[in-house]
Amino acid sequence: MHPARKQRLILVSLVVMLSSTAIGLAAYALRDNINLFYPPAEVVAGKAPVDRTIRLGGMVVEGSIERSADELDTTFWVTDYKASVAIRFSGILPDLFAEGEGIVAEGQLDEKGVLIATQVLAKHDENYMPPEVAAALEGNTPRSAAPYQP
Amino acid sequence: MIPEIGHLALIIAFVFAMGLAVIPMWGAMRGNSAAMNLAPTLALGVLVFVSIAFGMLAISFLNDDFSVAVVAANSNSLLPAIFKFSALWGNHEGSLLLWVLILSGWMAAVSWFSQGLPSVMVARVLSVMGMIAIGFLAFSLLTSNPFERLLPNIPLDGNDLNPLLQDPGLIIHPPLLYMGYVGLSVPFAFAIAALLGGRLDASWARWSRPWTNVAWGFLSLGIMLGSWWAYYELGWGGWWFWDPVENASFMPWLMGTALVHSLAVTEKRGVFRAWTVLLAIFAFSLSLLGTFLVRSGVLTSVHAFASDPERGLFILIFLALVIGGSLLLYALRAPTVASRINYTVVSRESLLMVNNLVFTVSTIIVLLGTLFPLVMDAFSLGKYSVGPPYFNAVFVPLMALVMPFMAIGPLSRWREDSAARWLHELLVPGAAVVVFALAVPLLFGGPFNVWIAMAVLLSGWVVMGVLKDLWRRLGAGSGYGLRWQALTPSFLGMAMAHLGFAAVVMGAVVVTQLNEERDLLMEVGDVELLGGYRFELTGLSRQAGPNYMADQAVFEVTQGDKIIATLVPEKRRYFASGQMMTEAAIDASIWRDLYIALGEPIEAGAWAVRLQFKPMVRWLWLGGAFIGFGALVTVADRRYRRQSARHTATVAEATGLAS
Repeated sequence: MHPARKQRLILVSLVVMLSSTAIGLAAYALRDNINLFYPPAEVVAGKAPVDRTIRLGGMVVEGSIERSADELDTTFWVTDYKASVAIRFSGILPDLFAEGEGIVAEGQLDEKGVLIATQVLAKHDENYMPPEVAAALEGNTPRSAAPYQP
Repeated sequence: MIPEIGHLALIIAFVFAMGLAVIPMWGAMRGNSAAMNLAPTLALGVLVFVSIAFGMLAISFLNDDFSVAVVAANSNSLLPAIFKFSALWGNHEGSLLLWVLILSGWMAAVSWFSQGLPSVMVARVLSVMGMIAIGFLAFSLLTSNPFERLLPNIPLDGNDLNPLLQDPGLIIHPPLLYMGYVGLSVPFAFAIAALLGGRLDASWARWSRPWTNVAWGFLSLGIMLGSWWAYYELGWGGWWFWDPVENASFMPWLMGTALVHSLAVTEKRGVFRAWTVLLAIFAFSLSLLGTFLVRSGVLTSVHAFASDPERGLFILIFLALVIGGSLLLYALRAPTVASRINYTVVSRESLLMVNNLVFTVSTIIVLLGTLFPLVMDAFSLGKYSVGPPYFNAVFVPLMALVMPFMAIGPLSRWREDSAARWLHELLVPGAAVVVFALAVPLLFGGPFNVWIAMAVLLSGWVVMGVLKDLWRRLGAGSGYGLRWQALTPSFLGMAMAHLGFAAVVMGAVVVTQLNEERDLLMEVGDVELLGGYRFELTGLSRQAGPNYMADQAVFEVTQGDKIIATLVPEKRRYFASGQMMTEAAIDASIWRDLYIALGEPIEAGAWAVRLQFKPMVRWLWLGGAFIGFGALVTVADRRYRRQSARHTATVAEATGLAS
């Protein structure tokens, strides 16, 4: 084979090999690590899977936060004003976590329909609502909480 | 009156930018040198008037002029003066003004330092930057006017700056990051100017290279500071979250890394030309994409200021115009046939190509993970999020793949080299690194950690490559003394950046592997052991700050009989917004950080507390600083001072096609 052509062949096969390996890896990693968001109404309706990590978001129900006295376990309910789901979390909650605020929790549902959360995210400032939560609440009738206002 | 002056100045700046985009470009097309020579003056005009606008907004912030909407929404009379100033860019409108200010600063710098360049080149470069300025000034004036007044109902006091942003880190992180983001517009403008003029050659690469290095250096420093800020200010002790907004700044950095290396090949060897131009276009496009992601409100993040869809649409259209336009130009004007391959597989060119491949693929991987949720959402296929495990699973192997080549690169020869010579150069250092890799993990105690061994192996290999290169350049062992003059700024910068990269890898792996963290409930007198340290909560108190009230917890940290530190983490409540803020307390050192953050009071006297032991976490930011400053050092190289128009060739000549 012509040397220049051979060079090019080696380069091209290198590029193809690396790119396909990387894309294969990416597709594989993506399959296991994407988490779908569900509003509480869909969880209650049984549309959310039980054995994989999901994200759940809504407003924290007023008066629903229960703390354990000697551990860091907290249980609270979130709602999209259609249905509510209980969430259990062990650890330190974010600063802006409070009753009546929008949050997103990540974790797995147990057989009783309680979300065992590994992470709870709250908004970062007073005027900002996680977009998923804003969309989940859209069209529902919020009674006390103000809807998403830019 | 002051906001109106600012608004007027911004409009005048817009007019100057229009002139800059049109007149010199027309001059370059017609060969009218008077029109071309107007470019530096017009660029200076943009800078002056944007500076006036910026100054007027700064005065409004410092004087608590709450009739200005942005000031009312983001400042407060109790805010310390320095934060009143930095609050200017702690919001959408102001940060956009900072964007434009930095862009005009880069334009002025280009016109100042490019006096030796052909005027037609300078005219085109500045014109292209003028077009970018038009886009952002229009964005600012039409959708995000920072000088909007709240009349006639002027609030008595402001809403306050988000407490997360009341931090010295925020004073410098955004300007540095923007220096990098916006700085990538310079290589972009050079690339477009080269395509327009058909001059795509080694001297073009030499002009573009120092600008690229500086922009990339600032971007590195900005990202590093952002990571550091997140670490101590968000109270989780994490340093990288693969948050979409972090990715937004990381993608231009990855692309920029490829560009920095590809420019080296183009400058030295005249190959990879078309590829380098494409990288320059992509790097800047990604920084525009980053701006879109951050500013359009499509993401959930610290950086997403509440904003409206109109703004997102504006940036999206601008993005489409810039990317579409430049790629169209590329398709029409880039050398159609790749330059002759006049190098072999075993050569420095090939090694740098590996770098380019890995960093381009990494960019695509990060882009895929970042845009996937947005695309799925846009087509109503569900609201997904892509977690850090995805990025780690793909990104870590890619970086591990590039590191073996990183050590060889600086030692290798252009054009043609031999594997036997590489083996000869690196056999002894390589053997030493293997010994280190087996020994070092034992120093950390505990079971032998394979990941740390891998990190030592790869980082050590990179360090050895740098040391061997240093040794060779100095001519050590030759018996003629050391040749200090061989240590050019180019070499020193490269060496610093490579050592910095090795440090980042070491820090990242060790802190990930050996991090210890515990969330628990503590009362005064409680003791907890972590990472070989004894943490005792000795007291609780309450302290008033200038604009907040803080609950403080006092921890005595001891190791054996030795008192290590007294740490005082705080939980603050800010008066104006009522917002709660965690202020972590950190005892920092080069080998480990001790990190304490307060959660919340659970019952009388008991607090939720997070204790963390983070070995070698500082190496991440030290390494980042090395990378950034290394890039900045390279511009001191003498060859960038002798910028002449010699050795130029047109695209037609380069490709062998008669135009």
